[in-house]
Amino acid sequence: MKITNTIKITKLLAILFISVFIFTACSDDDDDDDHDHDSEEELITTVKYTLTNGSDVVTLTYSDPDGEGGNDGTYSPAEPSLTANTTYTGVVQLLNETESPAEDITEEVKDEADEHEFFYTSSGLTITKTDVDGNGNPLGVETSLITAGAGSGTLTIVLKHEPTKPNDGSSSSAGGSTDVEVTFNVTIN
Amino acid sequence: MQRLIFLCAFLYCISTNTAAQDCNITFKGRIIDFHDKTPILGASIAVINLNRYTTSNMDGVFEINNLCKGKIILEVKHISCETKQITIDIDKKISKDIYLEHHLEELNEVILRANTKTDQSSVEQSLKKAVIEQFTDKSLGDAIKTISGVSALNTGNSIVKPMIHGLHSSRLLIINNNVRMFDQEWGDEHAPNIDINASDRIDVIKGANTLKYGSDAIGGLILLRAKRYTVKDSLFGSILSSFNSNGLGGSLNSELIRTYNSGYYTKAQMNYRKFGDFKAPNYKLTNSGVESLNGSIQFGYNSFEKGFDAYYSYVNNEFGILQSSHIGNVNDLVNAINSQQPRVIENFSYTINVPKQSIVHHLGKIEAYKRYKGFGKLTVQYDFQINRRKEYDLRRGDLKNTPVIDLRLFTTSLQPNLQVDYFNNLKINTGLLVRYQQNDAISGTRTSPLIPDFDKFDAGIYAVGNYRLDETTDLSVGFRYDFSDINARKEYNITDWQETYNYDELFPEFEDGDIKGTDIPTNPRFTYHNMSASLGLSKKFDNNILLLANYGLASRVPNPSELFSEGLHHSAARIETGLLTIGKEIANKFILSLEKNNNNFGFAISPYYKGISGFIQLIPVGITTTIRGAFPVWEYNQVAAQIFGIDIDVNKKVSNNFSYSGSLSLLQGDNLTDNIPLIHMPAANFSNRLSYVNANLNQLTIRLSQKTSLQQNRYPDYNFFTYNATLQENVFVDISSTPPSYSLFGMHTSAVFKFSNKGSLKLEFNIENMFNKSYREHLNRLRYFSDDLGRNYNLKLKINY
Repeated sequence: MKITNTIKITKLLAILFISVFIFTACSDDDDDDDHDHDSEEELITTVKYTLTNGSDVVTLTYSDPDGEGGNDGTYSPAEPSLTANTTYTGVVQLLNETESPAEDITEEVKDEADEHEFFYTSSGLTITKTDVDGNGNPLGVETSLITAGAGSGTLTIVLKHEPTKPNDGSSSSAGGSTDVEVTFNVTIN
Repeated sequence: MQRLIFLCAFLYCISTNTAAQDCNITFKGRIIDFHDKTPILGASIAVINLNRYTTSNMDGVFEINNLCKGKIILEVKHISCETKQITIDIDKKISKDIYLEHHLEELNEVILRANTKTDQSSVEQSLKKAVIEQFTDKSLGDAIKTISGVSALNTGNSIVKPMIHGLHSSRLLIINNNVRMFDQEWGDEHAPNIDINASDRIDVIKGANTLKYGSDAIGGLILLRAKRYTVKDSLFGSILSSFNSNGLGGSLNSELIRTYNSGYYTKAQMNYRKFGDFKAPNYKLTNSGVESLNGSIQFGYNSFEKGFDAYYSYVNNEFGILQSSHIGNVNDLVNAINSQQPRVIENFSYTINVPKQSIVHHLGKIEAYKRYKGFGKLTVQYDFQINRRKEYDLRRGDLKNTPVIDLRLFTTSLQPNLQVDYFNNLKINTGLLVRYQQNDAISGTRTSPLIPDFDKFDAGIYAVGNYRLDETTDLSVGFRYDFSDINARKEYNITDWQETYNYDELFPEFEDGDIKGTDIPTNPRFTYHNMSASLGLSKKFDNNILLLANYGLASRVPNPSELFSEGLHHSAARIETGLLTIGKEIANKFILSLEKNNNNFGFAISPYYKGISGFIQLIPVGITTTIRGAFPVWEYNQVAAQIFGIDIDVNKKVSNNFSYSGSLSLLQGDNLTDNIPLIHMPAANFSNRLSYVNANLNQLTIRLSQKTSLQQNRYPDYNFFTYNATLQENVFVDISSTPPSYSLFGMHTSAVFKFSNKGSLKLEFNIENMFNKSYREHLNRLRYFSDDLGRNYNLKLKINY
C-alpha cells in the first residue's frame, strides 16, 4: 500500500511537471530569449499643416520623434508667417517618423473618418472644414483658412477619436479621446 | 521438560480454542497521543459490531473482555481528537497501541493562533461557505468588503481590489489554496484572478502573524481555503444559479464531490458568469459588462498519517471598462469631471468592446504530507502559476484588435514545511521557500511595454514558535529571512536615462550595449535581503473574553511597476513613471484586539497602528506636453507614513428570532514627510444589520442592512491648473476632491426546502441599493466619469444533492 501510494504521488508529480512544460513551451506567445521588443511603436510623431495659396506655401510642423518623455517636441518654423487677408487651402498630415519610410497615419484617419474629427481653434484666423466623412459630417483633414489683418495669434489643432458626430463644432463638447493636440504661434503680415 | 512444554502449549491451544468458542478472549489496548506519545485518559472506545463500550484509564489502557474469535471494529473517540476506526483480527492480536491525533484543530490553524480573527460569531463576518455563496456572481473584493477594516479599490464595479486598512496591491498577500497569488497584482486596476466559488472559507488576517507566506504582508493577508473532506464513501454536489436585474446577468456554479472510504477524494467545480452593461440610477454604464469562465479540479488522499492534494484552477475573466473612461489628455479629463454624466450612453448590450481587460490565470499545486510519531508533520508543496494579462484600448486601423498591454507572468515555487508538535507546550512551524518568476512583455503590441521583461528569484526561510505559557496564555514568536534578485531588460529613452533621471551616473553598470536611435538598452539588476519578525500574545479571560496583541516587522521590496513602469495610463490621463532609485519599504505594525465570542452578545474591538518607513506612493509631480496635449506626470516616491485606526464589531441577540450586528471602521493615514494626509485612504464607515431567522420555518431568514460611508475629508490636495488651448484659458483640474457621504440599504431573504435526506433547495431573494441612490465612492477609479451602481434585484437558487 505504501509503495503504491508513493508511486501514485510520483506519477502525479511527473504529470504536473510535464503539464507545466507544456503550458510554458506550447504557448503561442513565447518570446524565447528574444527580448528586443517592438522597436516599431505605433506613434504619432509629427503633425504637418500645409497651407497653400498659389505659390505661397507655408508648412507648420510639430515634431516629437522620441514620443512621450525624453526630449520635448519642436516647432518649425519657430515663427510661421502668413499673408494678411488671404484664403489658404489647408491639409493636415500625421506621420510616424520612427518608421522608414514614415508612416502616414492620416490615411488611417481617413479610412475611419466616421470615428474621427479634427478641430481647429484660433485667434485671428477663420478655418472651415471642407471635407466630410461617409455620413456627411465634417472630418477636417482638408480645410480652408482665411487670414484677417496683420497681427499675431495661435492656432490649435485637435484630433478626436470617437467624438460625438455631428457636434456643435467645438472639441470640448464633442467628447471622445484626444489623439493630437498641438498649438502653433502664428504671425500675420 | 520438552514434553511438559508441548503439553502446556497443547493445553493452551485447546483452552484458547475452547475459550474462543466460549468467547472469553480479553483484548487489551492502549490509547496514546500521536505527537508526544503520552497516554490519553478518558477516551471512549466502542466495539461497533458488538455494541459494547468502555473508556481508557489513567495510563490510557482499556480492556474488552469476553470477545469471540474473529474481527472486531473499534471506534475510538476523545474530545478534540479525530475519531478513529480500526479493525482488529482477534485471532492474531490481543493487544494494540492506538495512536490518537490530539491537536486536530491546532494543526490546521497554526497561522491563526495568537492572532486577531475575524468575528466568527456573526455570519457576515466569518465568510464561511454560506456567505461566499451570497457573492457567487461577484468578486473576492466584494465579499470581504463586508468585514470591518476591509475596503476595496474599484475600477468600475467589476474590477475590485481588496484593501486592508487602506493598503492594497503588493502590500496584501492573497493565498489561494495555500499558493501565494502572483497575478500582476502591482496594478491599481488589476483585480485578483480568483473565483471565490472554488473556496470553502475566506479568512482575512489583519494582524502580524503571516510569516509562513512572506515577509511583505504590510497590509495583511487573505486566505482562501478549500474544504477538507471527511473519510467516508459519498457522492454529493450542488448547483447554484443567480440572476440579477442590474446588468441582466448572473452566474451558474456547479460542483461535484466524490469521497471514498479509503481516504481518496476528488472534486470538480465550474463557474460561468455573464453580465451586460450595468446601470447607475440615472443612466446605463455603457461597456461595463463582464464574462468569466472558471473551473477547478482537486484530487487527493487524506489520512491522518499521510496524504496528498493536487489542485488545478483556471480563471478566465473579460472585463469591459466604462467606455466614457477612455480619454486622451488632461483637457478630456477636465471635460469628464465637469460633466455630470458619462459622455457615452448607449442602449443595453452584452457586447464587451474596448477598452477592456482579458486575463487568464492558471494555478496548479501538489502538496504531500507525512506525519511522524512523536515528532511532527512534514509537508512539501510544489506550485506553478501562469498569468496572461491583455488590456485593449481604442486604436486605429490594423491595431484595433491588438492589446496595448500584453504581459505573461510565470511563477513556480517549492516549499518544504515542517510542523513540530513533539513538545507539549511548544509548537514549531518552520519552512523553506524557493521561487522563480519570469515576466514576459509579449511582442506585437506596438507599444513600449509598461513592465519590461524580467527574471526574479526568491528564497526564504522562516520559523514560528507557539508557546503555551499556561491554560489561558499563548505566546508566539516568528522570524523570516528572504532573499530576492530581480534582473530586468528594458530600453530607456536616452534623454531620460542621461538627463531627466541621471541614471547614467547613478547606475552606469546597468547600461547594456550601444545606443539605438533614441533608446539605450539596459539591464537593471537588484538584490534585496529582507528580515521580518512577529510577536503575538493571546490571553483568555472569563466569559469568553479574549485579548490578542500582535507586533510585526514587515518589509517589502519594490514591485516592477514601482521600479520600471513608464508610460500613459489610460482612463486616468496620466503618465506614470517608476524609478530605479526606489528602495524597500519597512513597516512596524501593532494591533490589539479585545474579543468576546458569543451568540447572545459578542464584540471585537481592534485598534491598530502601522509606522511605515520608505512608504512607496504614486503622486502627481508636474505636467508634460506631448503631441496629444498636456498630461500630468505621476511619479513614485517614498515618504515616511503612518496609518492607524480602529475596527469595531458588535453582535447581539435581541430575541429568539431577532439578532443585530454592526461594525465601524475608522482610519487615518498620514504622510509624515510632507505633513499631509496619505492619498487614497478609506473614509470612516459603519454598517448595521438586523436579522430575523426562524429555524423551524424552513430556516427562513430576513435581513435588513445599511452601510454608510462618510466623505473623506482628509486627502492630499494635488489639484492643479492647466492651459486649455481650445478655450485659451487656464482651467482647474480637480482630481483630489472627494465625493460626498452616502448610505446604502439592502434586503436579504432566504429559505431552505429539504426534498430528501441529503438534498435541499435554497431560495434567496435580495435587493441591493434598495432606494436606488446615486453615489460615487472616492476609492473607485472611475468616479470622475460616472455614478456607482443603482438598484439590483437578485434571485438565487441553490440545489444540494
